[in-house]
Amino acid sequence: MLTAILALTLLALIFGLLLGYASVKFKVEGDPIVEQIDKLLPQTQCGQCSYAGCRPYAEAIAAGEADINRCPPGGEATILALADLLDVEPKPLDEEVGTEKPKMLAVIDEDRCIGCTLCIQACPVDAILGAAKHMHTVIADECTGCELCIAPCPVDCIDMVRTTPNPTTWRWPDPEHITLQEKIEEEQA
Amino acid sequence: MTQQQLGSFPGGLKLPGHKKRSTQLPIRRMPISKRLVLPLQQHIGEAAVPIVEVGEKVLKGQRIARAEGHVSVCLHAPTSGVIKAIADHQVPHPSGLTAPCVMIETDGEDRWIERNPVPDFRSLSSHEIRQRVREAGIVGLGGAGFPSFIKLNPGVRHHVETLLINGAECEPYITCDDMIMRERAAGIIEGIEIMMFALRAKECVIAIEDNKPESISAMRFALTANKALSETTRIVIIPTKYPTGGEKQLIQVITGKEVPSKGLPIDIGIVCHNPGTAYAVGRAIRHGEPLLSRIVTVTGTDVTHAGNFETLFGTPIRELLEFCETKRQPDEPFIMGGPMMGYNLSGDDLPITKTSNCILAGVDEVAIASQPLPCIRCGECAVACPASLLPQQLYWYSRSKEFDKTEEYNLFDCIECGCCDYVCPSKIPLVSYFRFAKTEIMNQERERRKSDIARERHENRLARQERERVEKEERQKQRKAALAASKAAQKKAENTEAESTTEAAAVKEDN
Ligand code: SF4
Ligand code: SF4
Ligand code: SF4
Ligand code: SF4
Repeated sequence: MLTAILALTLLALIFGLLLGYASVKFKVEGDPIVEQIDKLLPQTQCGQCSYAGCRPYAEAIAAGEADINRCPPGGEATILALADLLDVEPKPLDEEVGTEKPKMLAVIDEDRCIGCTLCIQACPVDAILGAAKHMHTVIADECTGCELCIAPCPVDCIDMVRTTPNPTTWRWPDPEHITLQEKIEEEQA
Repeated sequence: MTQQQLGSFPGGLKLPGHKKRSTQLPIRRMPISKRLVLPLQQHIGEAAVPIVEVGEKVLKGQRIARAEGHVSVCLHAPTSGVIKAIADHQVPHPSGLTAPCVMIETDGEDRWIERNPVPDFRSLSSHEIRQRVREAGIVGLGGAGFPSFIKLNPGVRHHVETLLINGAECEPYITCDDMIMRERAAGIIEGIEIMMFALRAKECVIAIEDNKPESISAMRFALTANKALSETTRIVIIPTKYPTGGEKQLIQVITGKEVPSKGLPIDIGIVCHNPGTAYAVGRAIRHGEPLLSRIVTVTGTDVTHAGNFETLFGTPIRELLEFCETKRQPDEPFIMGGPMMGYNLSGDDLPITKTSNCILAGVDEVAIASQPLPCIRCGECAVACPASLLPQQLYWYSRSKEFDKTEEYNLFDCIECGCCDYVCPSKIPLVSYFRFAKTEIMNQERERRKSDIARERHENRLARQERERVEKEERQKQRKAALAASKAAQKKAENTEAESTTEAAAVKEDN
């Protein structure tokens, strides 16, 4: 038993070092434009853009394979920022990928949770805590609202709730702004 | 004392004051309410953390919440009673949202906790004074609520030339600073002396608008009684113009110097405090009294007996309005602050907090809420802007949500004074757009910080999964290798066995 533990620890150590060395030695110079695009994406990692996460989508945009209007969580603000960065015309969110929704937060009904750990495996940002057969909970601050944990749950005990602002995070209402469509028209006129 | 040439700021407005209504009677003390609601956040910065439990008896002046982090102050029980609850309650905030509050059921005895006065403040160090001011829960009483102890720090990099006492009170209807200067001038002077000492300031300027002759003479009288202080302190009478009470505007009037954009008054050697704050500092150090109440102006066309009231924090605003008799119906909205910079509130259960300077029910010139017309680019707003901004540009960019542009046009220098709104012939609610844009930008920054954390967590997860995958593969390889090795060993063993048997057989045969 002891030898097994020792052997495993040693292995972990060796591979850790190996990986560390490899990451330094074979470091791929990060593509600055991909970095910059990725910085503007909301990092919800939901995959609604049809890519495996924000970074893959950023890579696709940089490669000219994807349009800038495919990220519903980012919505108009992200589209405007991307248009600005890439110096292209902004355009409304692609309806195919969904619509801009208010920010949500996953909440686990702890009475119904059976501790199957399936949601933990689904969460892209490790925002769920819990051990097998024990109830799980979502760390509210870390949850990005990607909804990826909803489908895997076998007992349907995860709900998405709207995040409620407090007086510090509250925002003054929009008096009446022009939509992106109107702005584009106005600028063309 | 030499009479110095006054400077001025661009723009601004001459507005009807409407101040007489609330200055006819002296400051009155508001009766103790049966139930006080004390929000844990009444200041800019981190909310205070409660240190009492439900059911606990508290005395007047007893600390009920401690400061958390640097930018924060303590909170005290305004009178004696029992802690009834620590729970969310609607707070006087434009959002109408709830926030954590401590509820006290008062016992009417108003029994003090033991106080710790320091008659000779010079026996304290500058640091000890700041600590006491912080412990006493003192924040800027002009309306913003920034913890005062921070603005009593002379700092290392800067040194403070001038302590500026802002007695301009330029906004129509509000008279709480006027009344405190009229009635408690000696107390304010006491506080100024302590502030000068803590800041090691060279001089003090008390700036008062010329529409407050009573305040000017009261302050003059109190100052002459203090020989030492009157050598370094002068009272400067400034013309009445809105918004002279803006910190940066007042500094321009007094010194002719401009505080740089995104800069602070201390960058040019000035620290600005409100007269009410100076009074509170005096009470805290010399009398050991924490900040438990403030002067609140209750006025407006709907108020029958307007006036100023010394009100305990946590007192329901409804009780104040009832006390003054109003035509207002229950749940009808009122204005917190003045007609220019205040905001509408509704909800009868809202408490008075450290920043509640004025309750305004009904204004004389009601701006007829008309549909705004398109901007005609007349430039009136830019002429009126005291911060030299271009409101029409800011409006355009806020409206189209081009927030980086609004920042280029110095949106955050806007003091939300409402001068541009006031003069706009198209009746565009410009300030609403600026408030919207500001909170939107702050929110985007918060989101960006959050998404940075999310990216990091996601990358960590990917790295961990990769590591686990590699380790698993490695383990499998190991196992395979081990298996192969043991198989080989077995084979070998079998072979040698076979060999030895054949050998044995050979030997036998030899025999
Ligand atoms: S839709 Fe937006 S948030 Fe979701 S993975 Fe794609 S880029 Fe990220
Ligand atoms: S808890 Fe659920 S909704 Fe929140 S980030 Fe994780 S998977 Fe997404
Ligand atoms: S005052 Fe009104 S109409 Fe005139 S430029 Fe400014 S926003 Fe436009
Ligand atoms: S509200 Fe802002 S933009 Fe308008 S006049 Fe005042 S400082 Fe200028």
